[in-house]
Amino acid sequence: MPTAHVYKKDHINTDEIIPARYLNTDDPQELARHCLEDLDSSFVQKVRPGDLIVAGEDFGCGSSREHAVWAIRAAKVGAVIAQSFARIFYRNCINCGFYPIELPNALELIDDGDQLSIDYQQGLIHNLTKGRTIHFDPLPEFALQIIRDGGLLEHIKKGQSMQGGRSK
Amino acid sequence: MQTITEKILARASGNSKVSPGQLIEARIDIVMGHDVTLPPAIAMLERHGLDRVFDPERIVITPDHFQPAKDIASAALHKRLDQWARRHKIRYYYPIGRAGVCHALLPEQGHIRPGEVIVGGDSHTCTYGALAAFATGIGSTELAAVIATGRLWFKVPASMKIELVGHLPEGVYSKDVILEVIRQIGTDGARYMAMEFTGPALAQMSMEARMTITNMAIEAGAKSGIIGFDEVTRAYLQGRLKGRQDYVVFESDPDAQYASHITVDCSKLEPMVALPHLPSNGRPISACAGLQIDQAYIGSCTNGRIEDLRIAAGILKGHQVSIRTLIVPATPAVWKQAADEGLLDVFYDAGCVIAAPTCGACLGGFMGVLAEGERCVSTTNRNFVGRMGHPTSEVYLASPATAAASAIEGRLADPRRYL
Repeated sequence: MPTAHVYKKDHINTDEIIPARYLNTDDPQELARHCLEDLDSSFVQKVRPGDLIVAGEDFGCGSSREHAVWAIRAAKVGAVIAQSFARIFYRNCINCGFYPIELPNALELIDDGDQLSIDYQQGLIHNLTKGRTIHFDPLPEFALQIIRDGGLLEHIKKGQSMQGGRSK
Repeated sequence: MQTITEKILARASGNSKVSPGQLIEARIDIVMGHDVTLPPAIAMLERHGLDRVFDPERIVITPDHFQPAKDIASAALHKRLDQWARRHKIRYYYPIGRAGVCHALLPEQGHIRPGEVIVGGDSHTCTYGALAAFATGIGSTELAAVIATGRLWFKVPASMKIELVGHLPEGVYSKDVILEVIRQIGTDGARYMAMEFTGPALAQMSMEARMTITNMAIEAGAKSGIIGFDEVTRAYLQGRLKGRQDYVVFESDPDAQYASHITVDCSKLEPMVALPHLPSNGRPISACAGLQIDQAYIGSCTNGRIEDLRIAAGILKGHQVSIRTLIVPATPAVWKQAADEGLLDVFYDAGCVIAAPTCGACLGGFMGVLAEGERCVSTTNRNFVGRMGHPTSEVYLASPATAAASAIEGRLADPRRYL
């Protein structure tokens, strides 16, 4: 069952998620080895496939490096749940087909080590440890469509306009 | 009743007007890529069978983060970028030798026009808003999408008005102003918004000084920073534009709607230093002078232009630095101008290292990486944990004047005593 790795911190930036000293490669597997290195050097040892990162406000602020999303995804993190996201990171997630879950009081509702299961269709997080179900606001339809298609480029290849409708 | 940002986005999306929160698809006028974010975008395009460019005249490319190559891996990035740019006959490709820090290079070389929509695979793309354009940073997937289609989706941002009033005191610069703005509103104070800077203090600032302000809009979480068109803009653009010579001037209506409004009285400011580890940790120099430091860095897309080097040289002239001091002109033209004006002599005489244009040290890449526990006073824009090197190293953001004065004393120092 996916486990929450909770960082009770705001403004976790892309330099902490993947330091620039590793940006001389865009190989996701290599990036994954350094995921969150300057925030928590033990993260890559303890994360299990499908686990979740939970954090405070403004997650992913700073550099536009999409390497941050690739590093998290290649570390097999299932999703990031944050109280809010910085805008470029948020767009990068959607465009990579990786669902960013915005939950305004995430740090009150989820503790480190909690077992969670996520229902993206219904916009629900089941906190199995606490026996509680949490609602989150789903992404807007056009963003969901990009995620369903597997990312922005797949979406474009399908002939969808970027706003969601058929392009003319 | 529209803001300049709404008017630019309305035009680019073929609408008569747009409103904050509205989703639009906009035509992109210029797209910028560099050595870290473009090579992965190229790989995606090839992988998806989209190996095409929407317009080779509207794509501007320069390696800058790790140029000249810092190691074998970054040399491979440069090789991928170079081969792709030549194969697609990218008209404005700046290979090593003409390459510079992208956000200094594109305005300097005349690629930024008022009224246009510019995106770049770099968060500090917001710099270009100083020229009355809408400019924002994007990731590699979006870079690939724009290169292939020339279009991108946006949510129209609400605007925040930042009014700058009062005369800047001597020794206080636009860098101090933007550090004060970010101190007031926080690193997510303008999240998702367009920061629109106005006011009489701005009217007195040069275009280069204005670019320091819009450069750091992202450090308040903004989507873009923008400054309206005026005589300073017109004079800067005169004879500079490459290719198309026309541009459209938009201005905010007097009754345009703003999500919030702040006023900063510049006459009350002191030189500012943002302490680790957030750009919002600004303090007046009087509150932090004397702290011992190990390195000074003067350069970057925030403060690596010729005026910045003139300010630094003005302080350093006739003095010796007492710590490692790196001077990195942001572009080859800045480097040459600094040489022609004798500024490089001043830096050499003072004991500084003078490097080729690169982003290198700003992001802990190369050419000035910090060791464990070291402190650097830096004219850059980010002081996050590990930003310039070891995770325990520290970055203190300041103006070129404050960095130069601190380089002389080996501790954070007030530049006003050297004026």
